[in-house]
Amino acid sequence: MNNTTPPPSPTRRRLLMATPLVLAGATGVAFWRMLSGMSHGSFDPHDIHAPVLNKPVPDFALPDQPPSQGFGAADLRALRTPVLVNYFASWCIPCVAEMPTLNTLKAQVPIWGIAYKDKPEHALGFVERAGNPYARIAADRDGLAAIDWGVSGVPETFLIGPGGIIRWHSASPITEELIRTTILPLVNRLKQ
Amino acid sequence: MTVRILRRALLALTLCLALLPLVAGAVDDPSEMLPDPAQEQRAEAIGAQLRCLVCQNESIEDSSADLARDLRHVVREHVAKGESNKQVMDWMVERYGNFIRLRPPLTIGTLLLWLMPVLALLVGVMVALRAFRRPRTSAPPPLTDAERARLDDLTRPR
Repeated sequence: MNNTTPPPSPTRRRLLMATPLVLAGATGVAFWRMLSGMSHGSFDPHDIHAPVLNKPVPDFALPDQPPSQGFGAADLRALRTPVLVNYFASWCIPCVAEMPTLNTLKAQVPIWGIAYKDKPEHALGFVERAGNPYARIAADRDGLAAIDWGVSGVPETFLIGPGGIIRWHSASPITEELIRTTILPLVNRLKQ
Repeated sequence: MTVRILRRALLALTLCLALLPLVAGAVDDPSEMLPDPAQEQRAEAIGAQLRCLVCQNESIEDSSADLARDLRHVVREHVAKGESNKQVMDWMVERYGNFIRLRPPLTIGTLLLWLMPVLALLVGVMVALRAFRRPRTSAPPPLTDAERARLDDLTRPR
């Protein structure tokens, strides 16, 4: 063993000192981004990774839910402009809370609703009370089409791009913040 | 009097015990079960591997959530059609992702998770070895003339 090893050079020492600081800083920034995402709804740790993303909408055909006309996969695949598909139910409280936001959004992007496990008269009453944000409404009475969409609860929203490709998905209610930061920029990009 | 109370208590206990299999059984409604016991057993085994997406920490066989009941029904439909366990599992994963599997498959991500303790230990051992090998005290560089003069000055008796 040689006893004349020189002490670490100043640059090396500075690097060694900086490494833990840089790591701690990067971790801090990552946690801060997660927390701020959680507070304005763009990041949800309970969210289920949606394997349907960037795939065509699943095969389904659902009957009319008054007051509107039902739809199926063929209708969505024939689209040339983006559309928002929103799963809702009259018995779902977050859906009630979401309605005013959907009403402000419907001017920018058409919203098609699917009533999940709802009695037709209940869904009709709900939609009329809420000021009907939907251009079309289909009824998924037994909730089996929802399984093909990968829906785990209501409300759940999908942004469908031209050709019926699912471009974005949210398992939490739509907020003003989400519209501004995520939905409208995506819609504008898909329109081009 | 006391005999009557005792008898009543015994009756209540018997009733509870008689109903126990219904409570303990996974499916709340016997009409959900498949007529063929072998198929039903297979459906239950598959269901025990599937996460209820509402409660997130229960299998669909244990959960009484609406969605869990629907998924149980779908599993039984597929089993009755004669599909293999893997086919049913794949059908579910296609819709809900690997999150629905209570026992996640071995992927690069999960492999890394399993190997992380071993990797951490290896890195630790390497760092420790390097630290031990490095000589504790390296000889300090010889003093310069100016330093020697200052040392003499400081240590000169007054």
